[in-house]
Amino acid sequence: MSFIDFLLQHSPALIVAIPLLGAFLTPLISKINNRVRNVFVILIILITTILVMLLASDVFSGNIHTYVFGSQDLTVPLVRILFEVDAMSAFMAIIGSILLLVSVIYSWSFIDENSGLDKYYTLVLLLAAGMFGMMLTGDMFNFFVFLEITSIASCALIAFWTNKGKAVEAAFKYIVISSLAALFILFSIALLYGQYNALNIAVLGSVIQFSYLDKIALVLLIAALAMKAGIVPMHMWLPDAYGRAPASVTIILIGATQASLYGVFRVCFTLYGNTINLSSASIGWIIVLLGLITMLIGVAMALIQSDFKRLIAFSAVAEIGFIFLGIGTGLTLFANNQMFGLIGTTAMSGGIFHIINDSLDVGLLFLVAGAVYYATKETSLDKMGGLARHMKYTTIFFIIGLLAISGIPPMNGFASKLLIYESTFQLNPILSIVAILSSIMLLAVFVKVFHSAFLGPALPKFNGVKEVPKTMLFAMGIIASIIIIFGLFPDLVINNIVDPAVNALINYSDYIREVIPTFTGGF
Amino acid sequence: MNGMSRIVKTIASITFPLVMIYGLYIIAHGHLTPGGGFQGGAVVASGCAMILIAYGSVWTLGKIKEKNLSILESVGAICFITLAILGLGFGTVFFKNFLIGSEIIFGIIPSFGSTISNINTAGVIPLMNFAVGLKVIAGLFGIVLIMAYASTRRDKY
Repeated sequence: MSFIDFLLQHSPALIVAIPLLGAFLTPLISKINNRVRNVFVILIILITTILVMLLASDVFSGNIHTYVFGSQDLTVPLVRILFEVDAMSAFMAIIGSILLLVSVIYSWSFIDENSGLDKYYTLVLLLAAGMFGMMLTGDMFNFFVFLEITSIASCALIAFWTNKGKAVEAAFKYIVISSLAALFILFSIALLYGQYNALNIAVLGSVIQFSYLDKIALVLLIAALAMKAGIVPMHMWLPDAYGRAPASVTIILIGATQASLYGVFRVCFTLYGNTINLSSASIGWIIVLLGLITMLIGVAMALIQSDFKRLIAFSAVAEIGFIFLGIGTGLTLFANNQMFGLIGTTAMSGGIFHIINDSLDVGLLFLVAGAVYYATKETSLDKMGGLARHMKYTTIFFIIGLLAISGIPPMNGFASKLLIYESTFQLNPILSIVAILSSIMLLAVFVKVFHSAFLGPALPKFNGVKEVPKTMLFAMGIIASIIIIFGLFPDLVINNIVDPAVNALINYSDYIREVIPTFTGGF
Repeated sequence: MNGMSRIVKTIASITFPLVMIYGLYIIAHGHLTPGGGFQGGAVVASGCAMILIAYGSVWTLGKIKEKNLSILESVGAICFITLAILGLGFGTVFFKNFLIGSEIIFGIIPSFGSTISNINTAGVIPLMNFAVGLKVIAGLFGIVLIMAYASTRRDKY
């Protein structure tokens, strides 16, 4: 067995283990030198990214990977901890690894002036381990544990700038919401475990009955994960947390939020896959409606903000609404085979493709906001102006982000939003009208930002402002180039990574059959 | 935070070794009896917290620095993950119990049924308990120490 095969076989465990090992080595290594520590952290994330890509390339070719901790093979009854990686998990892990890599490169200069950086990097790597664990695990309880790791690490990172009281307030809000969500999830896991004596997602999915208790568990799971993902009635923590955290942390928080979204989809499509005919129409419509409210309120709130990062945070809320709209449309039609073939798969590809587009677009805008803050120490849009004269590269990156987030053709946002508009229009025209309206309003929001921050006469107080350091430009450049590539060749992305992920969600029986070969349900 | 009266200090000094022994016993017997690394570590850390309260944070900080505690905590976590990765190296998969059945340490497989508990069993599980115990002792005591130190600072201003 070659070394690559060895890595491939063990990659699900290593993707979580390497950041975890790195996290606890960081405090020791930072005793040597700050530069060595930064290189070490980037190296750890780079190794993890390579492993993710290796695993994903194999998973997208059709193999589902299972990894049993502490034993060579699966034993029935299943008592061991199990990681199960299908195309959807691999897709999410790719997003997470890109965001992490960009974040640590960006951190090199951005966070350099602060003290306590060994703790910062430890928490970033812990957050990475928790995030990848949520995406790759095949066990409900394990999912809960990784969710808790993610919550605690994010809470501490949001409060990283403790000298500003508002950051501590945001972190407190976040930890309250997270603990509440985690308790909901724990309770629903207890409900499922009490009935079926199993914690494994595949095992639970094969025996689930959709009893009264199962319905309660489903509602609690969706509510809790939507809370963590920032869906509108439960979104109040998100603008605070995104707005107050350092920009390099915010971009990882986007990844952690997407991991919760992934949880919603995994629960709806795989855990309750066997009973999806009973649940899909009602749950699908609920998700569609949540998506609509999220889009409208997110955009409307973004219009009235004057703080740069808070404004982007509200548009991030709106973007999550698009994802929910796409996936919800797919779920609504799931039981209807004929309709699903026509519209449902398009809607789901749109929704899933939009997950990666949303993280990249919003991530780039947050990095630009961070760069503006780094150069001017100013967050209020009312006090900015004429920055394009001093920071030309940052301005170009902002224009790319602006076009991408509002779905203007050469950028990636257009491709996924078009798929969502097309499919939702056939389900109900009002849905796509609301979606297009929110998209136009997003454009209005960011044109306003562009005008007030970057255009206009040069202000005397910004005379000394210079372009940000090269590492920050490089980090923004990575995301911007991915955005342009995805925008120019959307069919390549859809065929190679989005469609396998959509198929993995739809064909939930494959996921179950990987653990229980005798399972006969599903399509 | 200043120290308490001589009576408290004396009693704390007498009970401290007993608490230590009890906590370390729980860590060492984690694979045989209820408890384990976390529980025993919490007992040891609360013993240290008792000394901290009796003698005051200024005296305690003169004896032990929180930086050393944070290093110890990292070492505990690293030991845990290293043991798991060693399972990949010596065994076949991550978290493999590679010591079980070997002649080295903790390698005995007890016979099936009701037997007298033998501490030399369970493979890497006791070692992982030690690692978790170290991490919990250092972590919990570090938190208490920092909090006590912070309250001293507030007294000053």
